[in-house]
Amino acid sequence: MAQATTTSPTREETVLTRLWGWIRRIPPIFPVLIVIFLAVGYLNPNFLTTPGALAFLRRAAPLAILAIGQLFVIASGGLDLSVGSLVTFVVIGSALLIDNDPNKAMPAILIMLGIGVLVGLINGIAVAYFKIPSLIATLGMLLMLKGAGLYWTGGAPRGYLTDNFRFFGRGFIENFPLVERFPVPVLILLAVGIAAYVIFHMTNLGRSILAVGDNPTASRLSGIHVRKVRIIAFILSSVFAIIAGIMVGGFGGVTIIAGDGLELQAISAAVLGGAVLLGGRGSVPNVIAGALTLEALFNLLNLLGLPKPLRDAVQGLIIIGAVAYTALAARRRK
Amino acid sequence: MTDEAQIAKTETVAGPQPVLEVRHITKRFPGVLALDDVSIQILPGEVHAVVGENGAGKSTLMKIMVGAYTPDQGTIWFQGEKISFAHPIQAQRAGLSIIYQEFNLLPERTVAQNIYLGREPARLGLVDTQQLNQQAADVLKELGAETFISPTAPLNTLSVAEQQMVEIAKAISFDSKVLIMDEPTAALTVTEVNILKDLVNRLKARGLAIVFISHRLIEVFDLADRITVLKDGRLVDTVQASTVRPSKIVHMMVGREIEHYFPPLATPEEIGPVVLRIKNAANKFLNDINLELRTGEIVGVAGLQGSGRTELAQALFGVNPFRTGEMELNGVQVPIRSPGQAIRKGMGFVTEDRKAEGILPNQPVNDNIMLTVRSMQALLTRVLRNGTRRDPHLVPALAKKVDVRVSSFGRELQYLSGGNQQKVVLAKWLASGAKVFIFDEPTRGIDVEAKASIHEMIRDLTRQGAAVLMISSELPEIIGMSDRIVVMWDGTIIGELPAGSKESEIMLMATGQVAVAEDSQHESAAPVEAREEKA
Amino acid sequence: MTTTTVTANGLKKTIQSLRIPPVYFFMLAIFVLGVILDQIFARGQMLTPSILVNIIIRSVALGIVAIGQTVVMIGASIDLSVAYTISLTAVLSSFLMQGDPARVPMTVALVFLIGAVVGLVNGLIITKLKVNPFIATLGTGLVIKGALNATFSNFAGEVPASFQTLGYGTIGPVPISVIILVGVAVAGWFILSRTKFGAHLYGVGGNQEVARLSGLRTDRVIIVAHIICSLTAVLTGLFVVSRLRSGAPWIGPDGVYDLESIAATVVGGTALSGGRGGVAGTIAGVLIFGVLDTIFNQLGMDTFLKSVLRGAVIILAVASYTIRSKREAA
Repeated sequence: MAQATTTSPTREETVLTRLWGWIRRIPPIFPVLIVIFLAVGYLNPNFLTTPGALAFLRRAAPLAILAIGQLFVIASGGLDLSVGSLVTFVVIGSALLIDNDPNKAMPAILIMLGIGVLVGLINGIAVAYFKIPSLIATLGMLLMLKGAGLYWTGGAPRGYLTDNFRFFGRGFIENFPLVERFPVPVLILLAVGIAAYVIFHMTNLGRSILAVGDNPTASRLSGIHVRKVRIIAFILSSVFAIIAGIMVGGFGGVTIIAGDGLELQAISAAVLGGAVLLGGRGSVPNVIAGALTLEALFNLLNLLGLPKPLRDAVQGLIIIGAVAYTALAARRRK
Repeated sequence: MTDEAQIAKTETVAGPQPVLEVRHITKRFPGVLALDDVSIQILPGEVHAVVGENGAGKSTLMKIMVGAYTPDQGTIWFQGEKISFAHPIQAQRAGLSIIYQEFNLLPERTVAQNIYLGREPARLGLVDTQQLNQQAADVLKELGAETFISPTAPLNTLSVAEQQMVEIAKAISFDSKVLIMDEPTAALTVTEVNILKDLVNRLKARGLAIVFISHRLIEVFDLADRITVLKDGRLVDTVQASTVRPSKIVHMMVGREIEHYFPPLATPEEIGPVVLRIKNAANKFLNDINLELRTGEIVGVAGLQGSGRTELAQALFGVNPFRTGEMELNGVQVPIRSPGQAIRKGMGFVTEDRKAEGILPNQPVNDNIMLTVRSMQALLTRVLRNGTRRDPHLVPALAKKVDVRVSSFGRELQYLSGGNQQKVVLAKWLASGAKVFIFDEPTRGIDVEAKASIHEMIRDLTRQGAAVLMISSELPEIIGMSDRIVVMWDGTIIGELPAGSKESEIMLMATGQVAVAEDSQHESAAPVEAREEKA
Repeated sequence: MTTTTVTANGLKKTIQSLRIPPVYFFMLAIFVLGVILDQIFARGQMLTPSILVNIIIRSVALGIVAIGQTVVMIGASIDLSVAYTISLTAVLSSFLMQGDPARVPMTVALVFLIGAVVGLVNGLIITKLKVNPFIATLGTGLVIKGALNATFSNFAGEVPASFQTLGYGTIGPVPISVIILVGVAVAGWFILSRTKFGAHLYGVGGNQEVARLSGLRTDRVIIVAHIICSLTAVLTGLFVVSRLRSGAPWIGPDGVYDLESIAATVVGGTALSGGRGGVAGTIAGVLIFGVLDTIFNQLGMDTFLKSVLRGAVIILAVASYTIRSKREAA
């Protein structure tokens, strides 16, 4: 076939084109995040100080962790609607189990982690073996968790969380180099974030999850154990939800609405961070940025004096905007 | 050729005015000149085949004819008038229909609903179902199909050939004057092709002109009155089918001698011990499978659509495993129960449909190539971008070997051409270090030059000690590549033929007629008791 | 063949020709099981007319909006904003009517108009901005939620007693609410199987490419489907507020109308992927939930346990369809 001819570019042009190409490829979430940060900082100068920023990160940590968990499932082609009710379950269940006895804190945490694995396993089996659409399967799980949690506690929060449990949500590491007081949740976020990054971007598991979300048939024929990978993605999502739940319980009070709406926030954050709902695409740092952006945006709305309910309205507009933008960008690429 | 000369040529060949004509069509896509000054006339009542390699411009030309693409230059004339369709539905309404290889039908709806989608007979928005079904029945009757296709049958209860008829019925219902078909016989059995032939003749008798694209020269010569050959976007010639031989057509398509197509077959010394042995194996689709595969050899698997060839590949690879019988790899009994297991035992499977089964479109080239290697490692293994710890430059090495042309290995696979995608798939299997390969239609939809290089690569594999099972519907490919040929029919291996057998011998077996070999001097062909054709 | 196989085949063919969605057998099974359990463990009142009628009344609210959801899902879309549309309708109705019967017609007209606008907005975001329906309707739902919660924090106003006949009145022995449900069901069935729009909706949901190539205006079809769905949500809101006498912002989410309408539709045999299904199946799905609820009540089951079992039933019901399919789920 006839070839298109090209003229060779000059040296300046190459450098500039390369730079522009690199700039163009920065995921759009990062500039957005910076802009919002600056806006918040403008309204609340405390925000841009180290303690202020750390306080923000502490508040944002649970959402970020939930968003990462959601990324694993979304990248594999599914959706996990059960994480919000799982967070609530952890909060009210732990309070009941611990009942103000510090010795019971660690066993309670371990039990919760075990339940997380079980929930993820059930979700994964429902989707992978019974071929139930994940929307329906995790919706069913949401109802079951909601009911089970409320049944267990008799409909109202009972029991009491001890300080050693709350440490994970409220505590600080004292005498930390440079900062003196480093919030524990931020440390957990760092640890989880790094672990998730390694898993998703640097191991076979991450590549397999993307492959399964992109083309499950081709993956299976190339030897990937599609079912196993799907189940692992759901287990990761649930376990991350447990971790987030422990942090939420530690930081806030014990209420039966602790986790309400968190799954939708997590999905929004993931989508903002570039995860595609069909699967096959996504990145951990971008998703964390998405969560931070969402949380910062809520902060901004607070500072602007917008009443709390309007947060929801804004959240709605944001995720529509984010997805519309991604869809537009994808079509332009083609 | 000037317009006048061209029209003069038409009129001397066949009296009537062309029903469809494209003049000096040129079409460019980014970086590629798809069509270059192509002019063709289609006469009423003729069957006109358009042949050419992949990339020669056939599909583009068809799409321009029906208004799916607009030409950069040139004009289209339909029934003597200059037209320009903005949307295929306009062309359809005007009487110019196209049937793609992937049918444009809705499986969950009935035949009648499919035929009249968008034009349902209605009053005040309410569909007149009785009228709908009656109209559909009338159209089916014109095709002679009313006895076995019911207007109220859901489409997904019909066979592929019957669905094709529904597509044709749709075209008739638009009172089409020209029907364009893209590879109409690709998915049909021999009996169904015959039925299609009758149908084509029926349509001809009504004055319909039929244009079809096909790679299968046997059928082209069977069906076509005239043949147009395209090469590299240019018209080579339009000839009467009765005046040329197939080899001449191929020559026009590629401008090369056919003999240099295939690499030499294996010599007896190059063929080693048995590496794969199947004994008395069967499953839901197959029965009584006995097969041996040796290192260094290519065993071709011939057979018609529905004979069970892909099912055999799927059984060997663990997709739909055998239920009974024995399977031995390198002398060890090992029943393969999953693709992962097959891969670990050193098998590779290049499937028929790369888009659905072979590629990860949103992942980069290197991840695609490394897919099989990584699937054999533990899930928590560290990922290296272009290779493994032992072999960090695996991807570039393999890409070079299969001649993948891409600007960077980070490019997503969906942006590569079909030929390049298939090469990436090949690289993926080479990476797995397989020693037993199954190829299912390895060169389908690929142009002649790439075909030759893929054939060379396959033979190369056997020269390095691999064993190859090659399924193909193209008899020249079977004959050219196979050291041994097994023929399948009705879910079983009906017979085996030596290398260099004739197409007629293979076809005879493939249609169920086995030579009665009681006394080799008194061979005669006797048809095997015909069972019901599988859908 | 023996006579038994002949009759078995004949029976099978008759049943198949009636094209009863398989979900009805499911529902029958649950009902029978429920009656048995009720006889053994409870007061054995399941088969009394008042209980049976109660099942149907319970199903009206969910049923109406589930029919709307069915329409949207056949078009391969989904509507997560219905719960908030229901809340919006309930709150606005009681707020605007303020107990004055003279204001009823105007208020009703207004809420239907608002509902149509919501559906239109949903449809436009999906078709013009090309946003995934899940996200699009999630977003609009949140916007409605926010606006609603910012303006009203509690029950607002009330509907006049005359309006409450919608929820409580009867015509003869038949409750008006049931008549409405039947009416909506028939309307839904009619639209889907008898109109051109319905035929086109199945096309667009089944395969958008095929629909487009056949000259269908896919965007228009989806927008209309979403408008229909939002209108059914408004009707549900009116029904709910007529029973509660006043509307509050949490009514919609509290009733889990969004997820349950989806679940009822899927359990009823409509595929999430579109192109397939219908109102008949959805009604059965809704009735299954109603029967379950009643069984749980008769057995004196804890509210929260009900939730658990409901979730389990949804999963198992859908599993019974999908386990047989060969496709890869997500």
